[in-house]
Amino acid sequence: MSARTAQGVSTRAVVVGALLVSLLLAGVVSFYAASTPDGLTKVSQEQGFAETETEHGAAEGPFAGYDAGFLDGDRLSGGVAGIAGVLVVLVLGTALAYGVRRHSDASNDAGTDAGAPRDQTQV
Amino acid sequence: MHVPDGFFDAPTSIATGVVAVAAIGVSLRGARRELDDRTAPMAGLVAAFVFAAQMLNFPVGAGTSGHLMGGAVAAVLVGPWTAVLATSVVFVVQTLMFADGGITAMGTNITVMGVTTVAVGYGVFRLLQALLPKRVALVPVLAGIGAFVSVPVASLLFVALYAVGGAAPVPLDTLTTAMVGVHSLIGVGEGLITFLAVAGIIAVRPDLVRGARPVLVARTLEIRTETAGASA
Repeated sequence: MSARTAQGVSTRAVVVGALLVSLLLAGVVSFYAASTPDGLTKVSQEQGFAETETEHGAAEGPFAGYDAGFLDGDRLSGGVAGIAGVLVVLVLGTALAYGVRRHSDASNDAGTDAGAPRDQTQV
Repeated sequence: MHVPDGFFDAPTSIATGVVAVAAIGVSLRGARRELDDRTAPMAGLVAAFVFAAQMLNFPVGAGTSGHLMGGAVAAVLVGPWTAVLATSVVFVVQTLMFADGGITAMGTNITVMGVTTVAVGYGVFRLLQALLPKRVALVPVLAGIGAFVSVPVASLLFVALYAVGGAAPVPLDTLTTAMVGVHSLIGVGEGLITFLAVAGIIAVRPDLVRGARPVLVARTLEIRTETAGASA
């Protein structure tokens, strides 16, 4: 993971850098996002089927509508909601990826206790 | 394009739910081939980036906006199977934590905005990659084109689903025109963001961009051919 390549930028540096960009986008830049209805919402209004929308089951959640409603101020509540979302998605996505990844050389020495299916190519 | 609760009848919502679960199941197997100790950190990161970018609605004409769907950029960065998993994580979190996209529409949103943009975006990307010169510099451009195409196609799938199980009767021709029209514009934004994100990673670590691997391999083979002569 910390291996450096010919390009000189470690995987960790790329991950940290891109994560910082994501946090900045969700936590700060999102405040300046357009607030007009998105394409589907607009079309549903124009075509007359917007009113079939029903109440969302999670509408009362603490982060509903990308708004940390327990905090004062649009900028703060939106930014905190965005950062919380990035971190939750990061943790879940990373856990999922590590859960399904194939193990590199180390797993061959340690045996396949994780139940990784072995190739039938051992002759 | 997050579909709320109530737009589709129960059979359609259940059917897209089954499609989404099946796609995730197949992707869990496929992602084993894409993810190893080196690339696994990228998967969570890509999901986090797609989530962040989806918060950035950009204007696409009078009174309308759109945002990244993210299937194409995820597929080019980490591979299509992992991309289905990453975008699904995004939509599940958006639905349950942020009330964005209906709970009964979760399968619809995963299928339309995730699976479809992955399949179309990555399919167009790989097709162009096969037809065009093998250059690393082209990877972000082709990713952007794939992303651009994926959005109106996803909107077409929405129309098709609506024709089958929409809650209200709507003339399909005007619905098609409206959906594809506005989502072609949103697709331009999808293409630009995808281009920038892929170009950004390519600039520092092209080997971390899964969609660049065939090109990097080709480049390596080229060098070997020059030094060692023709090889079968």
